[in-house]
Amino acid sequence: MSTGEIRRVIIIGAGQAGGETAQRLRQGGFEGEITLIGEEPTAPYQRPPLSKAYLKGDLDIDRLMLRPASVYAEERVALLTRTRAVWIDRANRKVRVEGGRELPYDALVLATGAKPRKLPLVGADLDGVYLFRTAADVDRVRERFASGAKLIVIGAGYIGLEVAAVARQCGLDVTIVETAVRPLARVTSPEVAGFFLDEHTRQGVRFVLGGQPAVIKGADRVTGVGLTDGAELPADLVIAGIGVTPDIAIAEQCGLTVGNGIITDRQCRTSDPNIFAIGDCAARPMVHYEGRIARLESVHNAVEGAKIVAATLTGGKEHTEEAPWFWSDQYDLKLQIAGLFHGHDHVVFRGVMADRAFAAFYYKGEKLIAVDAVNRPAEYLGAKMLIQTNRTLPPSVIEDMSRPMKELVASAR
Amino acid sequence: MPKITYIESNGKEHVVDAPVGQTVMEAAVKHAVPGIDADCGGACACATCHVYVDPEWLAKTGEQNSMEQSMLDFANDVEDNSRLSCQIKVSAELDGLVVRLPKSQH
Repeated sequence: MSTGEIRRVIIIGAGQAGGETAQRLRQGGFEGEITLIGEEPTAPYQRPPLSKAYLKGDLDIDRLMLRPASVYAEERVALLTRTRAVWIDRANRKVRVEGGRELPYDALVLATGAKPRKLPLVGADLDGVYLFRTAADVDRVRERFASGAKLIVIGAGYIGLEVAAVARQCGLDVTIVETAVRPLARVTSPEVAGFFLDEHTRQGVRFVLGGQPAVIKGADRVTGVGLTDGAELPADLVIAGIGVTPDIAIAEQCGLTVGNGIITDRQCRTSDPNIFAIGDCAARPMVHYEGRIARLESVHNAVEGAKIVAATLTGGKEHTEEAPWFWSDQYDLKLQIAGLFHGHDHVVFRGVMADRAFAAFYYKGEKLIAVDAVNRPAEYLGAKMLIQTNRTLPPSVIEDMSRPMKELVASAR
Repeated sequence: MPKITYIESNGKEHVVDAPVGQTVMEAAVKHAVPGIDADCGGACACATCHVYVDPEWLAKTGEQNSMEQSMLDFANDVEDNSRLSCQIKVSAELDGLVVRLPKSQH
């Protein structure tokens, strides 16, 4: 497919990945038609602050916007909000949207994102039980987010912990129910999880670990959560943060290869060469991890997908993939993560947890594969550079706090 | 509204109205000033909003904070007047601020 043939690009999904794609296509000199289709009522916005500053009330929706809504018209991007794409006709290269309108494309970008998992419980639809994915979800939560209110967070992943931190800062009474025996079970090591458990406990959060919610109680409004062991926890509001599932329905329906996400190659191309998939909905080979296929839920992944697709479609300079990166803000702790820790066989610490500034370096054999850095930005950026350039440092060197991280990185092979 | 001038490494100037209370990074991104990537949206997580503050403005923009300093340690072509623009809040005092952009953010 040469760029000369591409006159019409449709992007399904107006989250960060979709929005960035439109912007980067224009920045890269693409002059054809761009249509950006999204189900939400607003132009693309940043999701990470939803569980942080936006929930707290420190940022309004305008500041979440990737770009002002007026920019789309100025740059001739047809932004279709409140619009759901329902069908892809691959043979004729058309997308049908709800209502029946059909839009032709030369290249199609799927940036459909992910949907939050609903609690599979009786009472999950009661007033006061919330999912946490969109600005509208958070606006509803904020109506009940009052000092003294009893909040139960179900799920101790990053969203659950970030929400709990903001809730404590706003004076809510917070209990987290988690089915695993520790928080952050899927995303970090037991050591780092233990640090966050202690921190939240010190901040007054109660944990029910290994707790299985059985029912959400209440007549028309939530009053509590019943657990399988018979315990009942009172609640004024319940927030579910039990993960997301990639939104792959439209890809599946048109026969694209899917697994845990829409499967693509390194150029984000799906099994149909005219269709790309990026962001939370897509899974692609990780160049820093022996080409393992992974689906990442992160800003880095959303932006990188947009950069890769824009470069491919405009014939621009090929994007060099970064090591995956993530962050989480809780209280005064900034957790910065580089790399993917799955498959590590040992952890080495630089700094001590008691100082509330330390980094956990994850190794697979001699190879450094990831870092969790708490209030340690140099360790985070240094490790990210090492992973990106396929270099490593021996654990004994990493542990040596007498030498600054920058010096260590410079000495790495 | 305070005006901020961003000068790309090739000399191209962009004058932007920057709302008080937002950051120098946000004003640039919202007006699509090329050369400020700001991938993380201002969480001080990516170090891709590096700018050089025009020396005569340094007193008014304040100093690098410690997190910012550590991040800048790993950026390219860092100078004494380097800042992460997500850490500079726009105030009335900064009306007329001039910042220059590095050749690359990576």
